[in-house]
Amino acid sequence: NCVHLSHLTPSLTPIVPQQSEAIVIYTGWERHALVGSDIRLSCSFFSWRWTSDDVTFSWSYRADGARDSISVFHYTGGSPYVDNKGPFRDRLEFVGNPGRRDGSILLKNLDYGDNGTFTCDAKNPPDIVGRASSVRLLVFEKVPIQAGVITGAIIGAVLGLLVLVVVIYYLMRFLVARRVFNLSVSKHGKKGKGKEGSQQRQASPLSVGSLTTTTQR
Amino acid sequence: MLLLLLGIVILHAAALVLLFVSTIVSAWTTGSTSSSDLWNNCSTISGGYHCDPAYTGEWIQAVQALMILSIIFSFISLFLFFCQLFTLQKGGRFFVTGVFQILASLFVMSGAVIYTVMSPNWVPVSEAYGWAYILAWVAFPLALISGLIYVILRKRE
Repeated sequence: NCVHLSHLTPSLTPIVPQQSEAIVIYTGWERHALVGSDIRLSCSFFSWRWTSDDVTFSWSYRADGARDSISVFHYTGGSPYVDNKGPFRDRLEFVGNPGRRDGSILLKNLDYGDNGTFTCDAKNPPDIVGRASSVRLLVFEKVPIQAGVITGAIIGAVLGLLVLVVVIYYLMRFLVARRVFNLSVSKHGKKGKGKEGSQQRQASPLSVGSLTTTTQR
Repeated sequence: MLLLLLGIVILHAAALVLLFVSTIVSAWTTGSTSSSDLWNNCSTISGGYHCDPAYTGEWIQAVQALMILSIIFSFISLFLFFCQLFTLQKGGRFFVTGVFQILASLFVMSGAVIYTVMSPNWVPVSEAYGWAYILAWVAFPLALISGLIYVILRKRE
């Protein structure tokens, strides 16, 4: 028995499964749009394998507050299938290029009821393990300012103003000092006082004798 | 003299720490199930702790900017204090340091005032102001006093 098995074991060694990285799907994080406008929801993926002919894209939609999601788009076998019964009938269009790994869809004539989460799931056989990615759609009457724009603007303006004030101060000091130096070439006695006068910031009664003004900031 | 110096630095550092904590911690308004601050609205609904980014209004961003600016100016003031400590003339005043610290206090005051004025929009009636909001109001007089001390202080030794 053992002899027979020893002949068999080489062919029974298990085939090590090929290491396959997961497929990574990219959509936006959040999209803002105005009522009545169109919006393009992009979806693309990264896969270590070549784009196969059986690549599939799948979009599903979950309205804000709803618990279930419905499927609104599917691309398979080389053909796109758009929603013809659900909330997006006649409003959805496929504008992607599967050969270029782009599964984007175009939503037309948005309404407030379209607020919700769109999830894109792509599969590139044999690379099918991956996590679907979601993009949140927000429909506004008027597009609000992005978070952080005004914050950054205010901070930048104040700090810029600060830098400007400091630069102007040092420029003035330099100019006045230079002009005073030119003036007081003939008037030696006034030289010390002139330099003191330009240090208005740290104005403190300095003894005339000490010309330690250069150490002062 | 050294004791005075230490006391002043501790006061300044305390104001700075209060500013930091007030800006970062999510407790400007607190309710029974939610708390929100300048950056996030967090709430515990149906068993999960869940945070959304704060409203993208213009005024909340102004408050964010003012709080950050007050931290920056307080930092700059501390840095300038140590600079001036070693370079100032005997009898000189820490004027620049004081100016920056006073500006920092004015910024945090403006931020807190704007938040208070806009609170009917942001703070639901059922919720109360949180402790981070109170810290901001406490940091304002601390920073102001600290700045005034710098302006009055004269360098000796």
